[in-house]
Amino acid sequence: MDLRLGAHYDELRERVREFARANWPLRGAEAELPRREQEILFRRRAIEAGLLARTVPRAYGGAEVPTDPIAEAVIRQELDAAGAPHRASPQGTHMLVPTLLEEGSEAQKRHYIPPTLVGEIYWCQGYSEPGAGSDLASLQSRAVAHGDHFVITGQKIWTSNAFEADMMFGLFRTEADEPRSGGLSYLLVDMKSPGIDVRPLRQMNGGEEFCEVFFDEVRVPIENLVGRRGEGWKVSKATLKHERMLIGDASYARIHFQNLLDLARRVRHGGRPAIEDPGIRRRLAELEGWIACQVHASQRILSAVARNEDLEVLPDMLMAKLNSTNVFQRMTRMALDLLGEEALTEPSPDETGMAVGTPTPGRWVSQAMVAIGTAIAGGTSNIQRNIIGERVLGLPRDPRPPGSAGGART
Amino acid sequence: MHFGLTEEQKLLQETVRSFVAGECPPQVVRAVFDAGGAHDPALWKGLSELGVAGMVVPEVYGGAGLELLDLALVAEELGAGAVPAPFLGHAMACVALSLGASESQRERWLPALASGELVGTVGWSEPGGVIDPEAFTVEFREGALFGAKSLVPNASAAGLLVVAGPDGRLFVVERGAPGLRTEAVSNIDRTRPLEKVILEGVPAEELEQPVGDRVRDAGLVLLAADAFGCGHRLVRMSAEYAKARQQFGRPIAEFQAVKHQLANMAVEIDPSRALWWFAAHAFDHMPEEREKAAALAKAHITDRAARVARDAVEAHGGLGFTWECDVQIYFKRAAFDRVVLGTPDQHRDRIADLGGY
Ligand SMILES: Cc1cc2nc3c(=O)[nH]c(=O)nc-3n(C[C@H](O)[C@H](O)[C@H](O)COP(=O)(O)OP(=O)(O)OC[C@H]3O[C@@H](n4cnc5c(N)ncnc54)[C@H](O)[C@@H]3O)c2cc1C
Repeated sequence: MDLRLGAHYDELRERVREFARANWPLRGAEAELPRREQEILFRRRAIEAGLLARTVPRAYGGAEVPTDPIAEAVIRQELDAAGAPHRASPQGTHMLVPTLLEEGSEAQKRHYIPPTLVGEIYWCQGYSEPGAGSDLASLQSRAVAHGDHFVITGQKIWTSNAFEADMMFGLFRTEADEPRSGGLSYLLVDMKSPGIDVRPLRQMNGGEEFCEVFFDEVRVPIENLVGRRGEGWKVSKATLKHERMLIGDASYARIHFQNLLDLARRVRHGGRPAIEDPGIRRRLAELEGWIACQVHASQRILSAVARNEDLEVLPDMLMAKLNSTNVFQRMTRMALDLLGEEALTEPSPDETGMAVGTPTPGRWVSQAMVAIGTAIAGGTSNIQRNIIGERVLGLPRDPRPPGSAGGART
Repeated sequence: MHFGLTEEQKLLQETVRSFVAGECPPQVVRAVFDAGGAHDPALWKGLSELGVAGMVVPEVYGGAGLELLDLALVAEELGAGAVPAPFLGHAMACVALSLGASESQRERWLPALASGELVGTVGWSEPGGVIDPEAFTVEFREGALFGAKSLVPNASAAGLLVVAGPDGRLFVVERGAPGLRTEAVSNIDRTRPLEKVILEGVPAEELEQPVGDRVRDAGLVLLAADAFGCGHRLVRMSAEYAKARQQFGRPIAEFQAVKHQLANMAVEIDPSRALWWFAAHAFDHMPEEREKAAALAKAHITDRAARVARDAVEAHGGLGFTWECDVQIYFKRAAFDRVVLGTPDQHRDRIADLGGY
């Protein structure tokens, strides 16, 4: 164990701080640009400075420096602290880009990766369908090959950020006679294509971040197929490791906990600040135990990955999602208890975002619902339990539908 | 930065694990347990030969000069094997003397402690569940101690007892000192007997440095690591049982309800490994984090292990409720880890204060 970052990372941290001070917010005429253009400018400069898109080759618009997850964590922390818009569309930078890097054609990489990294293209993930959530491999939306095009007909649902997305990456059934994962292909779809209809869905917290997407004979050029026809399932798995790393990032848990302490100082129980109530103090300390586990477990995962010792921490990686969504739910439950009557506050439209934001009562109420959403999205808690049972504890696999090698969402 | 073990630490843990598997298999634990619980001198000798007894004692006194993390890795293995050994008290006594003793005190006691010939222990808590040193009533007058310490691990097996007083002060008492009495304490964990020590004017020598807080923190981390070992083992025992036990014509592990219960148990305990690693590391390297990290590890992990132990009983069905099933041994060991040196809630009160809530 050596938890000192060392001079190299201390210098990096200083450099990132300096960079953030000099580059965000934008100044002068640039400050007058529309917000999205400002963010694109910032990200372009951060990539040039070697702070973003670090492992992406220069040919595809990245910074091309040797991979160093610890450096990346330091950069993330500092840019978060500076409030800088370093996170472009996460579906784009964290799911699509790694997938293309591993499975995309040269032309796809050159065409899509650079604008995705800076946020000129926003992406959405078109996997789930009304009849296919956990059992993703059963999805039905068809893409039929017609000369140099696929023609898509069907429906996606719960597609986060589809209303603002320029492109969708998704799974579609190209092989009609292959009922399950063997019949799927991974396609890139321009959201402005004729025949696409995006309808925002109102979420339980009142927000409208996810949508239904209808496809009525939507034409997609054949060159937008990633990997081979019928191998979309395999292509979609390429990003798994990257997604897990993202989940392992426990920085939000600490922010939420600080907010929770502030809330306990503000609200009053029996005429005194709740923070003085011994029962409340104990509950907070219990939560801090959960959070400390999450924080240190993610440090351990990060450190092992940085040393190419991924295998040693694989079980911990497989547990990270369920653990972190459990902890998030415990925190928001505590917040609701502290809020008392205010736990009925209807979130206003600017309080319903998934991002952390100012911890108002309405935002806590929304976050308590978002916490349930995170336990559903990206593989439900029960699906996580299956994965843990089967891959960590070596228990028998659940019965599979006939003729399938696999197919549960992860 | 490296959040992980060195090759030496992995090897150490592997060595202790295979020693426990070879010398202290379940039937040995069972024999000690059914005999009403006692210290098994042969086992302790074997552990001492591996270097466990003197692990944190400086090399000049015959120890290995290692850190609390190394000791905690041993504690995990002893917990995983429910090993009946006077490890906890001995390790805390070694920390006390290594950090707090004068040169002549070190020369006098450390070599024998390091070799394991002399077994040490520590009296911390006082009757009524008092763990706060400011509330200790033990008194040191004219070279003698007056008062009582409750829940002293392996007190009868120990040749040297470190008594904690207020203000971090520590006092050494030797076996056979006049005025020293021990009384057995009823304790469900028969792998580690607890005794009450009564001090009626017992001649004692004060350690040079008042390092009581550090001795307590070392104990908290070791209890957390032991509890982790118990909990982690219980999850694996339960999984193996579920694969072997047949009902309705198939292994119960094929029932998803069972699978999910087992997965929940794993998620309850497994992520906490990094917390006790951190607390152990902080003990030696991060003085400003030390106290709170130790309290968090103890409060959190011993609670998790107790929960897992409860679920492990259920996972074993009627067999799990029997004396014959080893789950009960771990259940009780986890209960010891949870209560000794203060309950989770007592430490949460401290965490809230230390965290400036
Ligand atoms: C906030 C949010 C954002 C989302 N964003 C996207 C997105 O951007 N793109 C996208 O494609 N999808 C997205 N989704 C959809 C999400 O991936 C699915 O909702 C999820 O995979 C579950 O599928 P389902 O809703 O059909 O539930 P179902 O699969 O019908 O599950 C219902 C319940 O049954 C349980 N269950 C199902 N199968 C099993 C099993 N084998 N064993 C035990 N229990 C089981 C589930 O755990 C759940 O509790 C999002 C969802 C949410 C909530």
